[in-house]
Amino acid sequence: MPYVPHTPEDTRAMLGAIGAGSVEELFAEIPLALRPKSFDLPGGLSEMATRQRIEDLAARNSNGMVSFLGAGFYDHYVPSAVDALISRGEFYTAYTPYQPEASQGTLQAIFEYQTAVARLMGMECANASVYDGGTALYEAMMMAVRQTKRVKVIVSETVSPIYRILLDTYTRNLKLTLVTVPHAKGGTDFAAMQAALDDATACVVVQNPNFFGCVEDASALFAAAKAKGALAIVSAYPVLQSVLKTPAAMGADIAVAEGQSLGLPLFFGGPYLGVMTSTKPLVRQMPGRIVGRTQDGQGRTGYVLTLQAREQHIRRQKATSNICSNQALCALRSLIHLSLLGEEGLARTARVSMENARYAAKKLTAIKGVELLSDKPFGNEFAITLPRSAQDVCLTLIEKGFVPGFPLGRYYQGMDNALLVCCTEKNSRRDIDILAAWMEDAI
Amino acid sequence: MFPTDLLYTPSHEWAKIEGDTATVGITSFAQEQLGDITFVDLPAVGATVTQGKEFGSIESVKAASELYSPVSGEVVEVNADLDGAPELVNQEPFAGGWMIKVKLSAKPEGLLDAAAYEETAKSCH
Repeated sequence: MPYVPHTPEDTRAMLGAIGAGSVEELFAEIPLALRPKSFDLPGGLSEMATRQRIEDLAARNSNGMVSFLGAGFYDHYVPSAVDALISRGEFYTAYTPYQPEASQGTLQAIFEYQTAVARLMGMECANASVYDGGTALYEAMMMAVRQTKRVKVIVSETVSPIYRILLDTYTRNLKLTLVTVPHAKGGTDFAAMQAALDDATACVVVQNPNFFGCVEDASALFAAAKAKGALAIVSAYPVLQSVLKTPAAMGADIAVAEGQSLGLPLFFGGPYLGVMTSTKPLVRQMPGRIVGRTQDGQGRTGYVLTLQAREQHIRRQKATSNICSNQALCALRSLIHLSLLGEEGLARTARVSMENARYAAKKLTAIKGVELLSDKPFGNEFAITLPRSAQDVCLTLIEKGFVPGFPLGRYYQGMDNALLVCCTEKNSRRDIDILAAWMEDAI
Repeated sequence: MFPTDLLYTPSHEWAKIEGDTATVGITSFAQEQLGDITFVDLPAVGATVTQGKEFGSIESVKAASELYSPVSGEVVEVNADLDGAPELVNQEPFAGGWMIKVKLSAKPEGLLDAAAYEETAKSCH
């Protein structure tokens, strides 16, 4: 289907058909005060000028840096076959697969993606994806609020600060209480979270590995939450779920993830992939699209968007959420990536990343004045404390072509000297040795 | 023709009043309009329902709609069979497809008898 914007004649005809004199009249319902004053967009440019402008912007990026930056988004190797397969034209469609007879291919791809991510988390159900990991976490929280009809949400400070800011923004005008439980030296304060549980609690929210890289087991907290009638939510790093205790094994009700690490480039921040999985009893609270496998009248296998009564086109103002799109292309990309790596390949990716992180932790803590923040086990990311500002050390090393990590002081008060260092399978021991040498110099 | 031992609402629910208890469901006309029922969301035992107010919702393959209580009182029983077999509402709307039993807190006012409800259903076509 070609995209054809309507001509002034089309606009006039459409307005005429519904009896509006002008576009302005069409939007008369919306008070002026609620409309944007301006979209602050520059005027149009020619193709050549546009290309020039974008290339100028792109040239301002630093390429080819050796990066130890993670903090929720990870630079894993993506097999070339992923790009080759995902670039097939058939996959590039904005078509919504609500007519199963026209979109069996798209529907099956989503169904297989759902199966893959649900298995990875050990959960029973998954949706077709949402925008990103932060959105997925917010939607998970709202699932719990709807299910329990309660309004208090207990979040650990060890959940990504980026996500917590997002939760705060989304809930600012809702009648919800967000309780943030401070971290304990980079660890989740499970005792304090448990103490905060009461009969008004809709859910507890933790992250694994947590933002500081610590691998934790939330089983006891989740059991305590259940005993209080609250739900247990975990935001997980999907690659590491191949080797860690899964959300399901901890007793999570909802497990969400940023799916970027499953074959998506960092892309300067997106588009990413919000992975959402849950137990079966919660599936009716799941937002967005869900594809199911069924049989037609002749007993042939077919795929359909199922449980549509949750969605806004049917339930209107009572819909589970107003998300009705999904990141179909990103989801398919992650499915291709997972299929190519397989269970073993993904686990190997996780193990090599973790081994590199151990080597880096050993090398860096050998520097005088550098210590690990936490004594908890970690995955492929760990926090260290430096004898001086982490931000300054970063700026010094960036000059040498190394991004040593994520300075934690930006989001955590009193942690100006703490640095979050991440390794993937792409960080060689040689790079780690050089990083340690530069860091020793910088300190 | 609708059962004459029941009372009806204009929103297509029925109530069977026996002493101080009412059994509540939706009519054969309502289930026909909805199509294949896939899910019924009902209140818990002990919940309070109010005449004319929402007490739950019902989903079919193509629609979702609210359920409005024909009576006021406390829910004393919920049809657990509907959890695993929501299609009972299609098959036996006036029998096995019942939804809740309510201990009445007040006498319901203004419900329709079978003849009056039949007129209502006809006008909906």
